[in-house]
Amino acid sequence: MIDLALDILSWILLTIGGVCVLIGGIGGLRLPNFYTRIHAASLTDTMATLLIFIGIILQAGFTLASLKLFAIMLFLLLTGPTATYALANAALLSGLKPDTGTAKDKTKENAPE
Amino acid sequence: MIYIFALFLLTLLVITAIAIVRAEDLFVSVILTTIFSLLMAINFFILDAADVALTEAAVGAGVTTVIFLCALALTGDQEKPQKQGQKVALVIVSILALVIIYSTFDNPQLGDPDAPVHQHVAPWYLEKTPEYMDFPNVVTAILSSFRGYDTLGEVFVVFAACIGVLFILGVSPPRKAMQVSVKKSGLRHHLIPQVVGRLLIPFIVLFGLYTQFHGEYGPGGGFQAGALIATGVILFALLEGEAEALRAVPRRVLLGMVVGGALLYGSVGVVCMLMGGAFLDYSVLAADPVWGQQLGILIIEAGVGMAVCGALLSIFHAFAARERVS
Amino acid sequence: MTFLELLGYFNYWVFAILLAVGLYAVISKTNLIKKLIGLSIFQSAVFLMYITMDKVEGGTAPIIQAGVENPVFSNPLPQVLILTAIVVGVSTLSLGLAMVVRIKECYGTIEENEILDAD
Repeated sequence: MIDLALDILSWILLTIGGVCVLIGGIGGLRLPNFYTRIHAASLTDTMATLLIFIGIILQAGFTLASLKLFAIMLFLLLTGPTATYALANAALLSGLKPDTGTAKDKTKENAPE
Repeated sequence: MIYIFALFLLTLLVITAIAIVRAEDLFVSVILTTIFSLLMAINFFILDAADVALTEAAVGAGVTTVIFLCALALTGDQEKPQKQGQKVALVIVSILALVIIYSTFDNPQLGDPDAPVHQHVAPWYLEKTPEYMDFPNVVTAILSSFRGYDTLGEVFVVFAACIGVLFILGVSPPRKAMQVSVKKSGLRHHLIPQVVGRLLIPFIVLFGLYTQFHGEYGPGGGFQAGALIATGVILFALLEGEAEALRAVPRRVLLGMVVGGALLYGSVGVVCMLMGGAFLDYSVLAADPVWGQQLGILIIEAGVGMAVCGALLSIFHAFAARERVS
Repeated sequence: MTFLELLGYFNYWVFAILLAVGLYAVISKTNLIKKLIGLSIFQSAVFLMYITMDKVEGGTAPIIQAGVENPVFSNPLPQVLILTAIVVGVSTLSLGLAMVVRIKECYGTIEENEILDAD
């Protein structure tokens, strides 16, 4: 009984994690400029890491494998946001300015006169 | 079920490869090559090749990207659009692809256990490994002992490539004098990557050592360990600056590691000959032949790891120390 | 041909297409670094074919575990060959890139037609 509950819970977590990654991918393609895109990629990435790894740990039970999975999850949680910070910092230092208007303002500016 | 996933991955591989060739910005091409290597590594894992997947991920997606980016920083990173010769090349290449696809209809099915490749030598290796060597990982057993000559040749190839790169890039350009870069060239404004990097580098090196010595019991071995430790030191060099990294692991030590690794491997073979066996026949190294094999494999894996780590780091430092000539 | 047989040949077709893509980059692009990238795609396609050949239906990775009766293993021999090939590939790639850097310093460009004109 408790096995079935754990199984269903892990399935739900894995599916939600997959949906998070999908949303991150769509955001990366549809958002207007660089800084908003790395927002989409990094936020959904971290959330999906948490959910998917907890789902797999529930499937693996209380063995050595789940300890290793926990260590990998910690590693990813540390390095993911750091990589995003390094990316945004590098872009800022090399001169890419964050766009302060909304997407609609930008299209009105760039419309052919 | 997993084959549908493999199908999806293979399609992604083809799309990524076409995107790599079509991108005009070389920086984009290099990053897409990293993604290509990672997809390839996942594919290898689905096809039950765990050691190869680890090596491809560590070497292909890690070190290759760094070396490409170093080379791109020294040359330009835009490609000029080309004018002629595309249609002929397309036609030739499509004919080649069609001929190969036509010839693959004779191949055995994926996963067929009666294929000729599974018949002659492989079952013998799988049978004899517990008897001769008594440890679980058959791939390490074949790599270090049954096919030890090939691995010896490979260590010498890595050594030769390292020496070649040091010769080519050690010569200073005729216009500028060779100056030691004393300025701190690391990411010194970036506190957060430095802190996180300093936290993680000991664990990366520890994991590299674990992979080195655990190669007989699971996926691992000398090549993967050398690449992992080299990646850890390259991360240190990127964060703290190249001068700091050269202070931590100086060039003499790197050269000593490369030469020492290759020498270690060769000298184990010679010692085996001196003790009465054939070249690289480890059974004569100890009283009990099984323990002799394990001892020999331990030593040569250490030699391979040292050689690969030293070679990759020397190549990185050779690229990073070069001043850009515009 | 049934769907399952088609699935069985898909790996080989992807190998052929990747070979073609890599070869196209090598022979028709003029930028030297693009050629090297195409060469590495070509090498990866060959690795894919070798590892495809080694899979056995229902097998596992060739690591002998104690206490499992009559296991079915995938073939370990192509894996050993490809392990060697990957490291050799990265060595030759770094040597090629070192030469490209020196060519850029001597000729000032890495486009092939401009180098041939300058000679």
